[in-house]
Amino acid sequence: MLSRTAANLFWMARYLERAESTARLITMGQRMAVLPGSAYRDEWRSVLRVTGCESFHTGGGPVTEEDVVRILLLDPDNPASIQSCLVRARANGRSVRTKLTQEMWEALNLSWRRFEGYDVGQARAELPTLIDWVKTRACVFRGAAETGMMRHAGHDFMRIGGAIERAQMTLRLLDVKYYVLLPETDVVGGGRDHYQWTSVLHALSGSRAYHHVYGGVHTPANISDFLMINRTFPRSVAYCVDQMRSHLERLAMEHGTLATCHKTVDEIFELLLNGQDGAIFQRGLHESVQLCLKLTNRLADEIADSYYF
Amino acid sequence: MELSVRHQTTYRYETPVSEVALRLRLQPALLDNQTPRDWTVTVNGALVQSFRPNAFGDGEGFFHRRTGVEEVVIVAAGLVATRDRAGIVSGFRQEAPLPVFLRQTPLTRPDGALGDLARSVADPDRLACLHALSAQVRDRIGYRSGTTSTASTAAEALAQGQGVCQDQAHVFVSVARCLGIPARYVVGYLLAPEGDQALRETHAWAEAWVPGLGWIGFDATNGLCVTDHYVRLCCGLDAQDAAPVRGSVFGATAIAIQADVMIGVAGPSADQQTQQQQ
Amino acid sequence: MSFFEMQAPDGAIRACYAEVKRWIDETGIEGLHRRMDEAEAIFRRIGITFAVYGEGGDPERLIPFDLLPRVFSRLEWQRLEQGIRQRAQALNAFLYDVYHRGEILRAGHIPQELVYLNPAFRPEMLGFDPPGRVYSHIVGIDIVRTGPEAFEVLEDNCRTPSGVSYMLENREIMTRMFPGLFAKGLVTPVDNYPALLLKTLKEVAPPACKGDPVVVLLTPGSLNSAYYEHSFLADLMGIELVEPMDLFVENDRVWKKTTAGPRLVDVIYRRIDDDYLDPLAFRPDSLLGVPGLFHAYRAGGVTLCSAPGAGIADDKAIYVYVPEMIRFYLGEEPILANIPTWQCGDAEGLAYVLAHLGELVAKEVHGSGGYGMLIGPHATKAEIAAYADRIRANPGGFIAQPTLELSTVPTLGETAVVQRHADFRPFCLVGEQMRLVPGGLTRVALTEGSLVVNSSQGGGVKDTWVLRS
Repeated sequence: MLSRTAANLFWMARYLERAESTARLITMGQRMAVLPGSAYRDEWRSVLRVTGCESFHTGGGPVTEEDVVRILLLDPDNPASIQSCLVRARANGRSVRTKLTQEMWEALNLSWRRFEGYDVGQARAELPTLIDWVKTRACVFRGAAETGMMRHAGHDFMRIGGAIERAQMTLRLLDVKYYVLLPETDVVGGGRDHYQWTSVLHALSGSRAYHHVYGGVHTPANISDFLMINRTFPRSVAYCVDQMRSHLERLAMEHGTLATCHKTVDEIFELLLNGQDGAIFQRGLHESVQLCLKLTNRLADEIADSYYF
Repeated sequence: MELSVRHQTTYRYETPVSEVALRLRLQPALLDNQTPRDWTVTVNGALVQSFRPNAFGDGEGFFHRRTGVEEVVIVAAGLVATRDRAGIVSGFRQEAPLPVFLRQTPLTRPDGALGDLARSVADPDRLACLHALSAQVRDRIGYRSGTTSTASTAAEALAQGQGVCQDQAHVFVSVARCLGIPARYVVGYLLAPEGDQALRETHAWAEAWVPGLGWIGFDATNGLCVTDHYVRLCCGLDAQDAAPVRGSVFGATAIAIQADVMIGVAGPSADQQTQQQQ
Repeated sequence: MSFFEMQAPDGAIRACYAEVKRWIDETGIEGLHRRMDEAEAIFRRIGITFAVYGEGGDPERLIPFDLLPRVFSRLEWQRLEQGIRQRAQALNAFLYDVYHRGEILRAGHIPQELVYLNPAFRPEMLGFDPPGRVYSHIVGIDIVRTGPEAFEVLEDNCRTPSGVSYMLENREIMTRMFPGLFAKGLVTPVDNYPALLLKTLKEVAPPACKGDPVVVLLTPGSLNSAYYEHSFLADLMGIELVEPMDLFVENDRVWKKTTAGPRLVDVIYRRIDDDYLDPLAFRPDSLLGVPGLFHAYRAGGVTLCSAPGAGIADDKAIYVYVPEMIRFYLGEEPILANIPTWQCGDAEGLAYVLAHLGELVAKEVHGSGGYGMLIGPHATKAEIAAYADRIRANPGGFIAQPTLELSTVPTLGETAVVQRHADFRPFCLVGEQMRLVPGGLTRVALTEGSLVVNSSQGGGVKDTWVLRS
């Protein structure tokens, strides 16, 4: 398959995934912001930090919902805004239009300019609807791919792109929020941390799933385990790495050769495997998260190199 | 006369480029006027062997690299035995129809002043007309480097009254074509007249068609027809068309180009030197 | 009075339209409108397909589809086919000639400067033999009809004529919606066009090709207005749709960049203009293009379809000489006539055109798409005067033709079947052999009395039938 086609599919999936993750983060920010003492904690800032957009907030002072809506939802000049991500996902999709099914294309193409006319006030007023709309687009797209797309190499590149992006979002969230998950915060206890944890879970749509796995108790060890190591939760790093491995394996079969990216994905896999049963805490959660971020970045570069993007 | 030539072109890119492609017209053709010997073209040390005649009979080669390149060094070198044939250039393997050389290009398109110049040198005796034109070009456009660029047109050069050999050749071919005389832009090497500071770059002149004689090389810059001091590389409708090196890169931020031409009368020692270079 | 293709002046239905007429009467106007809405819905669904991909999300524009087919009898088609093949052969012979010895010019049949000074002429192509000596592999010939026996050529398209996807899609929709119409096998199928095109392209593989030729379709990209057609044809031929950045040249061969590394390409069906093919050979400021492509082409490492410079054969200034070409190269009389044409470039023609502009259709030599055109009888005095000034300023840039009584075809109107003017573009494939599927693109001017069929100016399309007997 053409390298450009592979690259377009890979990036299309990443941008769409990124738009969806950002939408989830904004929801988390809203939850956090209504908690007591939120202004003092500047919760919205951590949302900007997770998406790497802190520098878009100029002028000092705490970050407001208005700022976040402007920067993360609407700003066409911010490459990480939902608006930019949707535009880029569609642009990548259009270049490989013939590799997509009709339904996949429609999911990308439908109202991709939806946010163009919005001002911040209007977007805030309709925020829950807009956020839901973004999530739905991503779900429809994935569903259309699930049942309609040929399982050629292009499908693998697309899935790998999505899995890398999703893993990275979870990792970045952990990177920004790791302090509330440190064992010593246990002793602090009380309402605030409880809300912090549940919000993190909520941002990843993992609250319910968490309860099924660990029961009702929120402990930093369990939450970290859930988000990093658990292989059944689809937004956990481990699950995403499983996905990457399986699709990279298919690519290796198809191309008849292993590349450096296969070594790296195994390395990440080992790292997580060795982190089981609280080991990841003993090694340092923050260090592990940062190492995983570094390795997934490297993996993305190596995939591009190995398949001549 | 046997001339020894070494022509080096260096492209330096500020950051490594992902892809470089070069069109090379650095292979002097075998003509009645010139016989190249031991002529080689290398890019970053690798021999370019893909030369084949283009539509005008000039050798054209191609070079391509897809890995990070910071510098491209193109070296054309060898010996050329030249013969003085009173300006007549002949022996082309491939001839394009003459009216093709009446095509004006964006660089040669005549304006009013060029049209006036054409009228002033018009003469039923074509050879006399062309000599008059050559003299006029030399008079009207003083040689001064740095006053024009590679994008300057014949009309601009004439209006400005100064320029380099490229501008003088452009004006020459533009006016000749206005008069219905097939003319083309030529690039090559010139062994500078004694006493002149040696030319360290390629030279440009023009060829015009005279019935009964064929193509005649006019070097308006020096006010003479080509002699055995000239080595002809290639021709085209204008400087852009006849560029000995044309490049296309992906991912370059800034490019520095440096050209260096060394030309001398070959002796036994020069022969050896060429050998060593290879 | 225009010739109405469905009905003779005495009201009798022409034989080839019997089936269509029966179907119209059976379905009724209201029924037809209902089916038309359905057809439109299908088009909108496969939809995208016909949209013009405008950047900035312009509303997707469908080219209007008219339900009523245009029909040619077997005999009519046979004559058309002979004429089209003859013309395609002569045009290719002309291209070979002007890029070699120029015999037709030496013989004085065509003025030399009209060819050699023409911007569509590519000196870079001189002395080169493309595989099979074919330059234009897909010749689209625009034909109009002015009477029962009178077919005339409006213009030739030797570069990369578009519209064949409409021929295929229109038939597809009709077959899907009205299987009964086709069940009797009266209509010759056209759906083997992609297979024939691929066969043709493989036949002109370059000397360097070993084994089964690898063919790709080169598109400028998804922003191009014909992108749908590019992807449609690539899909139907089962070949890769590539953009310039997917290709590179090394060792005199063309390679495509794939996830498994570089892979050879033998034949390129390019839907990209000469100027943007190769920045090292043509426009240096072009950001598109494959550097070195032309070098590989001349080295016999790849075949470009069509050949660069093929446009000289369909230049409007050259058009008038096509009958001359047919006589010169084939020793035959033209089967399809040209439309009488005055060249404003010569003094006599200019004088005539300026004196009769109000009756003529005047066109720019290098214009296309129906723009920059003056239809004298439909123009105001001021428009005619303004156009005359433009001609005087650059006479060589204009030609003029008489206003033709174009034939009309049955078209679905609001309350009845109406007559609308139409033209016809068949596509002749030229490889080792010439191939022609029985059909083509019929474009119809949807406004009453209008002669402009271009889709950019309110034209529509319809299915074209060639009957088996």
